[in-house]
Amino acid sequence: MSSTVMGKAKTLQRIGFSLLGLITTLTVIPIIGLVLYIVVKGAPAISWEFLSAMPTNGMREGGILPAIIGTLYLTLGTAVFAVPLGVLAGIYLAEYAKESLLTRLIRIAIINLAGIPSVVYGLFGLGLFVLFLKMGTSILAASLTLSIMTLPTIISTTEEALRSVPNSFRVVSTSLGASKWQTVRRITLPQALPGIVTGVILGVERAAGETAPILFTGATFFLPQLPHSPLDATMALPYHIFIISTQIPGMPVQIQYGTVVVLLVFVLGMNLIATLIRNRARKNRQW
Amino acid sequence: MSKANQKGGQVISSAIRITGYSSILFVLLILFFLLREGLPALASTPLKSLFSVRWYPIEGYFGILPLILGSLLVTIAATLIALPFGIGSAVFLSEVAPPWLCDILKPIIEILAGIPSVVLGFIGILVFAPFIRRFLDIPTGLTAFTGAVLLGLISIPTIVSVAEDALNTVPNSYRQAALALGATEWQTIWNVTLPAAKSGVLTAVMLGIGRSMGETMAVMMVTGNAPVLPLQLNSLFRPVRTMTATIASEMGEVAAGSQHYEVLFFIGIVLFLLSLVINISASLVSTRSRGRAERLLS
Amino acid sequence: MKEFIIRNLSVKYSDDNESLRNVSIEIEARAITVLFGPAGGGKSTFLRVLNRLNDLADLKEMKGEVLFQDQNILDPQTDVINLRRKIGMVFSRPVPLPLSIYDNVAYGLVMAGEHDREKLDEGVEKALKQAFLWDEVHDRLKDSAYSLSGGQQQRVCLARVLALEPQVILLDEPTSALDPIVTANIEEMLRELKKQYTIIIAPHNVQQAARVADYAAFFLMGELIEYGSGIDLFTVPKDQRTSDYVTGRFG
Repeated sequence: MSSTVMGKAKTLQRIGFSLLGLITTLTVIPIIGLVLYIVVKGAPAISWEFLSAMPTNGMREGGILPAIIGTLYLTLGTAVFAVPLGVLAGIYLAEYAKESLLTRLIRIAIINLAGIPSVVYGLFGLGLFVLFLKMGTSILAASLTLSIMTLPTIISTTEEALRSVPNSFRVVSTSLGASKWQTVRRITLPQALPGIVTGVILGVERAAGETAPILFTGATFFLPQLPHSPLDATMALPYHIFIISTQIPGMPVQIQYGTVVVLLVFVLGMNLIATLIRNRARKNRQW
Repeated sequence: MSKANQKGGQVISSAIRITGYSSILFVLLILFFLLREGLPALASTPLKSLFSVRWYPIEGYFGILPLILGSLLVTIAATLIALPFGIGSAVFLSEVAPPWLCDILKPIIEILAGIPSVVLGFIGILVFAPFIRRFLDIPTGLTAFTGAVLLGLISIPTIVSVAEDALNTVPNSYRQAALALGATEWQTIWNVTLPAAKSGVLTAVMLGIGRSMGETMAVMMVTGNAPVLPLQLNSLFRPVRTMTATIASEMGEVAAGSQHYEVLFFIGIVLFLLSLVINISASLVSTRSRGRAERLLS
Repeated sequence: MKEFIIRNLSVKYSDDNESLRNVSIEIEARAITVLFGPAGGGKSTFLRVLNRLNDLADLKEMKGEVLFQDQNILDPQTDVINLRRKIGMVFSRPVPLPLSIYDNVAYGLVMAGEHDREKLDEGVEKALKQAFLWDEVHDRLKDSAYSLSGGQQQRVCLARVLALEPQVILLDEPTSALDPIVTANIEEMLRELKKQYTIIIAPHNVQQAARVADYAAFFLMGELIEYGSGIDLFTVPKDQRTSDYVTGRFG
């Protein structure tokens, strides 16, 4: 190959790599910009009163306590239903299921659950929990809806975390007279736990930020007091952001951005915790 | 092993087996309740008017064609926007960038995946739409294009992550063989690595499409909510209405069991079936990137 | 006395990988029986039939008869968990469970429902002494088993099996990852252990096979070619193929 051809190829490569770098930069910069912009605009609104008071004057003044509490309830409610179900189903796929038609069906079902639009989950929740099971628009109905939506994330990450545990541990444990469940409980589950916790947090975090599934299953525009029971409807941060940015004229911008900051900190904070747990576990792993 | 202990183990083992099947149950339940609430629409609304071009529920017009086309327009535009950035970033991360740079860039892209869509919609309304209006000098910034940009942003993390996974599973020996034959790294990427990861990259694109089509809040907030047929050349820069946005904005105000209610559920059936088709074909294209895809799509 | 009486044993994996064809053999109690032959000949499969560890693998078929204590252990009714407590196994690579040294050795006992602290302490100490490891680790039992050297890890794995006080110990190339000095120690240990236990070992080379064998069985491509006393097999083999392998003409 002549040196000029080689030189041309090299130049082309330099241009190509720069282009790819530019594209990636253009992808990343808006993300950083977005988060920084929101934090800068919203941080001044954050005060103890903003976090701990009820909204007043048509939500144009006061705090956002009921929305914060509502999101906490929904997050907890989602975790209560989704975590045991998702983790057990993940254990089934990783430790119990043999390759069969049924197992393939389960996998297809999980892929589909993961792909169903969030607003369709909302319809389903309305049809099953709110109307058919007569729960009404309530924290309970919304949590159940969100938990089914979260299930595929938790199942998949649990399965993946368990599969990353070396198979030799299972063989050894079995050879020492442990039953399948004993092996799972004593060896594979503890070893996979950090990965499972990470997946659970990521799944629940996403549920915490969702709006569409709770629109007709549990979220409400405004509550003069905090919800008293799981059968009460609730305010929630994501829905509140939707309301104050589209439905209320003359909304002070600072309150809008302040509310968004609170949701972002909540959601990205969980994200960060999940990442830290994962990295720590990787470092401490013995095998 | 003590008897009680053994019993406990058996109980848990059967619980595990039963929950294993729960995913199938939930898919069937979802389908059942969508059909139960949505199929009566076919009785109350003749197919001909259901698939007509006018959506104006107050006067009894339930033509869902503008909504389907609205979803289609926004999804296609979003995918075209997201593709170069998504695939480009994936190639950069997996083939070009040194590990330390990946360690910085990847978490940032993961942050984007974690931002709730309502937050993006919020920024869309307050910052991006006014910018579009002034920049393009159009009557309103709430357009299909505005929605497409946000949707593109939302689907980028999915595309990057699945495509990068696909690229990473290409054996290094392929690259080394190409380099040994005198190809530059750039040529290797285009002629060897990307073609080898083709199915995974395709999966990434399809999952991105699924993500865009099902997205609700951001789209509802910035696309202007006008159920018109987007058939003109400049439709992209006018308000539209997607299927998801229609359900989200109208379901709150209809009476359960009314014709309007049934039709909204019928739209839900359409969305359900579309996501079914997209996801099953995506998983058929590449079973390898399966685990990753499941996690990302949820 | 015979520990195992095996008749017409055939094993096939789903992918037709390593398999056994029509193997019949009677294995002596309280002696070291060596299984040797080229890799892929069926030694590992054979060992994993004896404690039904093959249940974890993707088997296509397993037929024939394996009598242990007058019971055919291939019978679906067999209590495999109980069986595995009587027939312990040591693997080619030391695989400590991700637990402390103590918990590794006590693992089998705890799984069997033993929760009495004193009995566990006793069992662990006895097993570690049998494995000549007690002096080295008695003051660091709470440390992770991964803090030990490879040879120590393998002896933990042996102690883990001994703690269950099994009847039979299966060893699948137990010294393949260890240096010659540690290997010699472990071989010495096996000669000691055979006074109490039936030992079946697949050594990782012919030399080791010849060193430890009371009885020896030559496996080739899933078939048992020749079986007899160790001295006979390694000095006056009857089958040409055994002779070729022992003298290193193929390997």
